[in-house]
This record gives sequence, structure tokens and C-alpha cells, in this order.
Amino acid sequence: MVSICLPFVVTYGDASLGLLGDPTRRAIFELLARRPSSVGELAAQLPVSRPAVSQHLRALKDGGLVVSTTEGTRHVYRLNPDGVTALRAYLDRIWDEALAAFQKAAEAAVTNPEEQS
Amino acid sequence: MSTPTIPSISGTATVGLPVERAFRFFTESFTTWWPAEYHIGQADLAEAVMESGVGGRWYERGVDGSECDWGRVVTWEPPHRLVVTWQINGQWQYDPDPGHASEIEVRFSADGPAQTTVELVHRHLDRLVAGEAIRDTIAQGGGWSAVLEAFAKVATDAQ
Repeated sequence: MVSICLPFVVTYGDASLGLLGDPTRRAIFELLARRPSSVGELAAQLPVSRPAVSQHLRALKDGGLVVSTTEGTRHVYRLNPDGVTALRAYLDRIWDEALAAFQKAAEAAVTNPEEQS
Repeated sequence: MSTPTIPSISGTATVGLPVERAFRFFTESFTTWWPAEYHIGQADLAEAVMESGVGGRWYERGVDGSECDWGRVVTWEPPHRLVVTWQINGQWQYDPDPGHASEIEVRFSADGPAQTTVELVHRHLDRLVAGEAIRDTIAQGGGWSAVLEAFAKVATDAQ
């Protein structure tokens, strides 16, 4: 029997997890974690309209996770480099997925008793 | 005045492996289970490695052969405990200054001959300064409440 629970500290994480609770918003956040992007670049990679992307970006910006800068005529969005909020929210997510992946891989290792060295 | 700190992140997983094997699977087979989408290098992830023993490197190798460090092994007590540093700052870059290193402690406890609980804590996140700005914000006070107020506002607006 294999189970997993991730009792993340919620005193501070609550709000940021709420902010990243929306799947589209989370996808935008993850894309920005990879590279700074414009609204158009984000919209091109997501199944939502540019206005929808803009709306999510505004929420992320209000929450302090994202900042924007102007490069020539483009607005470029990136994760707030001074934002411990963004960092912690992202690390929360990394460990959530990493431990789930560890458990899943270990489960496969159980059914295959040979050591994979 | 006490120094405000960023709450640690913790997680638990239970696996159907004896404790020795769980420890080895976590470390030696790190690259087989680590989600490949999480990497800091520009290139896609080819391999993520946690070297054994104190002082061991914890790093990624991209498909183009480039390597990016994540941290170092600072405690190595198989099969029950290990501590590695995570030295990636807010710009997602490796920060070689040990004073800026956050720590991840992983404990392995045998629940039985073939079951192990793995507990992970990522702490000292406040050391992961992305520059003076974080420290200044915290030191000036009101930094956290300002952030939380912003969150509260977003949450309320989202209703």
C-alpha cells in the first residue's frame, strides 16, 4: 500500500497556492519560470486568448509573483526576482511533484525487485 | 526584534521499499525519478545527479552537455538521513555563496521491513536572497503584511 501526503505549511503558502490554484495561471507562472515572455508569446503557448492571459498576469502581478518591464515597445513579464513569494510558491510546487514522482518511481521499483543500478 | 523567516516547505512520501533501498533509490537513482521539467539550465534536462557522500555535487546536465549546479551534499548518513543545499536564487541561478544556501533535509524511517516513510523539509529559504531587496523589505518591516494584503485583495477580487 502506497500513499502520499504533502502537508505543506499553509500559514504563508495558503494565499500563493490560491493564486496558483487556477490551472491557466499556474501554466503562465511555469512558462515565466522558464523564460520572461510577452503576453503574445504566452498566449501562443496556451489555449486561451490574449485578454485572458493579460487578466491572469494582472492577478499574478498584484500578488507580487510577477513583474513587468518594458523593452522597446514590448511589455515583458517575468517572475518577481525579489519575490520570495514566487520562489516559495514555485519550490512548493517542485517538491509536491518531485515527491509524487519519487513515490511513483519507487512503486515501479517494488514490482521490479531487481536493483536498477 | 526577531528576524522574520520564510516558512519551511515540507512533504512526505511513503514507499514500499526497505529503508536501505529507499535511500539508495532516492540518491543513486535520482535522475530516474526527478521530474525532468524542473531544471535551471537553458537546455532540456538530460540527467540530474546527486553524488554520494559529504561534499558531493548535486547538479543537472543538459542535453547539450552543459552542467548547472544545484547544491552540495552536507550530511550523508545512509540509510536514514541526508542534507543537501539548494543554492538557486530568485533568478533561478546557482549562487556559490554558502551563506545564501537553503537546505533540504531528507529523513528515511522504516515503517516495517518493506515500507519506508520519506520526510522532506526545505528550510532556510530566507537565505536564498535574490539580492538586497528581499532583506531590505523584510528588515524594514511590513514586507510580509504588504504581500499578504496584496494576496488578500486578489483573493477577495477573485470571489
